[in-house]
Amino acid sequence: MIRFENVSKSYPGTTRPALGDVSLEIGKGEFVFLIGASGSGKSSLLRLILKEEKPNKGDVYVLGKRLSALPSRKVPYFRRNLGVVFQDFRLLPNKTVYDNVAFTLQVIGKSRGFIQEAVPDALKMVGLAGKANRMPHELSGGEQQRVAIARAVVNKPAILLADEPTGNLDPETSQGIMSLLERINLGGTTVVMATHAADVVDRMQRRVIELMTGRVVRDERGGGYVTQAIAVQNAAEPPARVTSA
Amino acid sequence: MRIGLVLGEAFQGLRRNASMVVSVVLVTFISLTFVGVAILLQQQIGSMKSYWYDRAQIAIYFCNSVDQGGNCAQAAATQEQVDAVMAKLQDPSIAPYIERTEYDTPADVLAQTQQVYQDNPIVGFLTEDLVGGIAHVTLHDPSDADVIVESVSGLPGVESVEDQRKYLEPIFGMLNAASAAAIGVAALMLVAAVLLIATTIRLSAFSRRRELGIMRLVGASNRLIETPFILEGVIAALIGSLLASGALVLIVQFFVQGQLGSALGGGTLLIRARDAFLVAPILIVVGVVLAALSASVAIKRYLRV
Repeated sequence: MIRFENVSKSYPGTTRPALGDVSLEIGKGEFVFLIGASGSGKSSLLRLILKEEKPNKGDVYVLGKRLSALPSRKVPYFRRNLGVVFQDFRLLPNKTVYDNVAFTLQVIGKSRGFIQEAVPDALKMVGLAGKANRMPHELSGGEQQRVAIARAVVNKPAILLADEPTGNLDPETSQGIMSLLERINLGGTTVVMATHAADVVDRMQRRVIELMTGRVVRDERGGGYVTQAIAVQNAAEPPARVTSA
Repeated sequence: MRIGLVLGEAFQGLRRNASMVVSVVLVTFISLTFVGVAILLQQQIGSMKSYWYDRAQIAIYFCNSVDQGGNCAQAAATQEQVDAVMAKLQDPSIAPYIERTEYDTPADVLAQTQQVYQDNPIVGFLTEDLVGGIAHVTLHDPSDADVIVESVSGLPGVESVEDQRKYLEPIFGMLNAASAAAIGVAALMLVAAVLLIATTIRLSAFSRRRELGIMRLVGASNRLIETPFILEGVIAALIGSLLASGALVLIVQFFVQGQLGSALGGGTLLIRARDAFLVAPILIVVGVVLAALSASVAIKRYLRV
């Protein structure tokens, strides 16, 4: 579904690469947490999957396509298979909830009939059926993120990318968003979520890919935010745990 | 559905950027008016040239009995000398340039002079030997006049050879200068218009960068993203070029045909409103094409993947 082969990415004017020789594979229907400190390369990885950036070295395959071989005029059609959610929601402030979700379908040329069926379905799925005519600023942060998720999945994408979707939300609201993402994942959508939220990762016990300065330092199925191995290590060296705590 | 979406976005952009759009309209209006004026001036010059050059002739003045200039020696040109000149004009090397030749004898010239100056008492003293004969040569192409002037001005009995076209040159020179000035102003204004359209479209795209970001993210095709912006520029330029066309028709109708026409006593030679209507499509095409080009170049930056 998503495969990175020895991918390196560095931005002009920086010496340290954002991603260095990353190889990984994410299968269909997986739920993957992407963790690591700010600047460790999580967002770069997501941008490479979206083909918003080109790698300097290596190849990125998404949905069976080698992205470097994808001509730029076909990129829009490729992106229709991907849904994206951001920390800052990115809703259109002058459109209602319904129109925000319908807008994505309009711009990819869906018929009016399709839109009239798909948008209420998506809003119902995220639990906002009764708020279709509200404006984004009338909603809470959690509700706004639900609108953004409805927008991302209304076209039934194969992959949902989420860049710190709970970064602006309190733990309780985050929990709601996470169960929503879990439900989407159960429907067969591959979910890749970059996050800093340790509690969320620990509770879900899914595959965790940890990045550090652009390299994959851990790829663990059913892992927590901090791996058991490192916890044991820390326990063996009490002074280190004291300083890190 | 999508046409509605594209048009809706375009008109929204026009509304949101109203002041910039008005300036684009005005700049294209002024610049295309100058383009139109330059084209009409060229047409005017063309029609005047073909009219007057058709009538401009070469006049060969033969000697009269008091002439001292030219090849005269105070003796009227003899019939042999006149015949020699006329024969020269029949020469195969010259004849192809000549459409027709008319010879006015001294008697004809005297009669014409007496008729033109009939109120002047001096005319009464004129006799045939005081006026020389005049040969009028009409050419196929007036610009070949030098050939005739050179070949006959040295012949005996010829007082002078005059290319009447030279009286017209300053007028055409002036009109050409005016036309060149109009083209220069038009070119400068068009550059300003193109830059202004590009800036306006960039501003419009910047104010809608949120929508653009989302559209790119969800996979809107580049054409769908750029078309509203190109339409925005094209609509503004279209309004400007329609205004320019209207202004041109009014200028021709009221200024050229109205004022200038009545000042010259009937403007049959002057351009008409009909000519302005023929120039209007040129202005509209120029305006629309320039706007579409500069807008699509300006928006490309926002489409880079």
